[in-house]
Amino acid sequence: MASMRDIKRRKGSIQSTQQITKAMKLVSTVKLQRSKQRALNSKAYFNYMFKTIQSMLAKSGTISHPFVAGNESERKAVIVITGNRGLAGGYNSNVIKMVMRSGLNKEDLLMYTIGKKGREAFNRHGYQLAEDYSPMIEAPDYVDAMRLCSVLLNKYKAGEIGEIWFAFTAFKNTVSHEPTMMKLLPVDRDEFKPDGEEDEAPMNFEPAEDEALELIIPKYVASIIYGGMIEAVASENGARMQAMDSATSNAEEMIGKLTLQYNRARQGSITQELTEIIAGAQAIS
Amino acid sequence: MSEDNRNFELKIITPDRTFFEGEAFMVEFNTTEGQIGIYKNHIPMTVIVKPGVLTITGEEVRKAALHSGFVEILQDRVTILAEVIEWPDEIDLDRAENAKERAEKLISEHAATTDMARAEASLKRAMTRISVLK
Repeated sequence: MASMRDIKRRKGSIQSTQQITKAMKLVSTVKLQRSKQRALNSKAYFNYMFKTIQSMLAKSGTISHPFVAGNESERKAVIVITGNRGLAGGYNSNVIKMVMRSGLNKEDLLMYTIGKKGREAFNRHGYQLAEDYSPMIEAPDYVDAMRLCSVLLNKYKAGEIGEIWFAFTAFKNTVSHEPTMMKLLPVDRDEFKPDGEEDEAPMNFEPAEDEALELIIPKYVASIIYGGMIEAVASENGARMQAMDSATSNAEEMIGKLTLQYNRARQGSITQELTEIIAGAQAIS
Repeated sequence: MSEDNRNFELKIITPDRTFFEGEAFMVEFNTTEGQIGIYKNHIPMTVIVKPGVLTITGEEVRKAALHSGFVEILQDRVTILAEVIEWPDEIDLDRAENAKERAEKLISEHAATTDMARAEASLKRAMTRISVLK
């Protein structure tokens, strides 16, 4: 049986860990509130964007713009959003695992990582890395998303990459976050099938559809990247909050057990001392 | 057409916030096809924004610097999806003027290393900002 001193020392160390996890939980709760609000604010923009692309593709019929038709290149660029820091439960590893198991051929992939954790993991597994955009996730900014988007689109137009994929953690609600992987380019028509009778007045485009497509698709891609970043930040904080919450309550449980053990050990030692004293007294008399 | 309501609903949304929501009588801005002004009952149309001054005429006239985005026009509703847009009080005039000078210098020097498209874009942005304030 562990000595009283050992138990006490262990309890102390768990207590200080608990203080850290508790503080981290509070911090991520506050951050979660903020990022959740931002994610909500950006939803309206994104929904409109989606609807516009939908009606544009419905109208444009069979045009063969490279954004829709694709190009020859086998290379696929994958944008992966993870956190820069760990201690967020399965948040980082879930996204990374999803990309690795996506069935895309590893040799074809070119990783554009946002988030240190993802970069480290893909580097370890021998994926080919492109530029690193990790600092972006600290404070998601629309201008950053636009910049990344234009880098990728230029490569796409030049035929250096044939597909652009996007992996991030979608924020459903505070407790549920879903790793999501989607193809940004070439645009998948099926994803934009209008659902039912929503069709309003016929829409005209000025400039004509194919030119408008050329101009609007980059905005669409940038808005998805931006939206993804915001949701990922919300998810990260949500995941960290949950992880730290369970760490705190685990610590609580352990401290309870150790306190019990400590008290038993204390009682045991008192009983032993008493027995020894009594035995000693009896021996004298 | 009845006299009572000649206003339409105007909504301006950016990736971060709802920039403006309310009724307007007329809205003017630059598009890739030229400058346009929109009243109620315009034919449904989607146009692409070019950097310029956005003017909202409602109960009062408000201006904003609209840099990029696109606009969905319906008969009684106009939605501007603005990637970058600013109210005049959000613009720093000194900064805009500095940016303008810098961009003009870059363009006039025409060095091989400068990204001309970028310099021109930043010149346009600066000029839009300045013209909103004046």
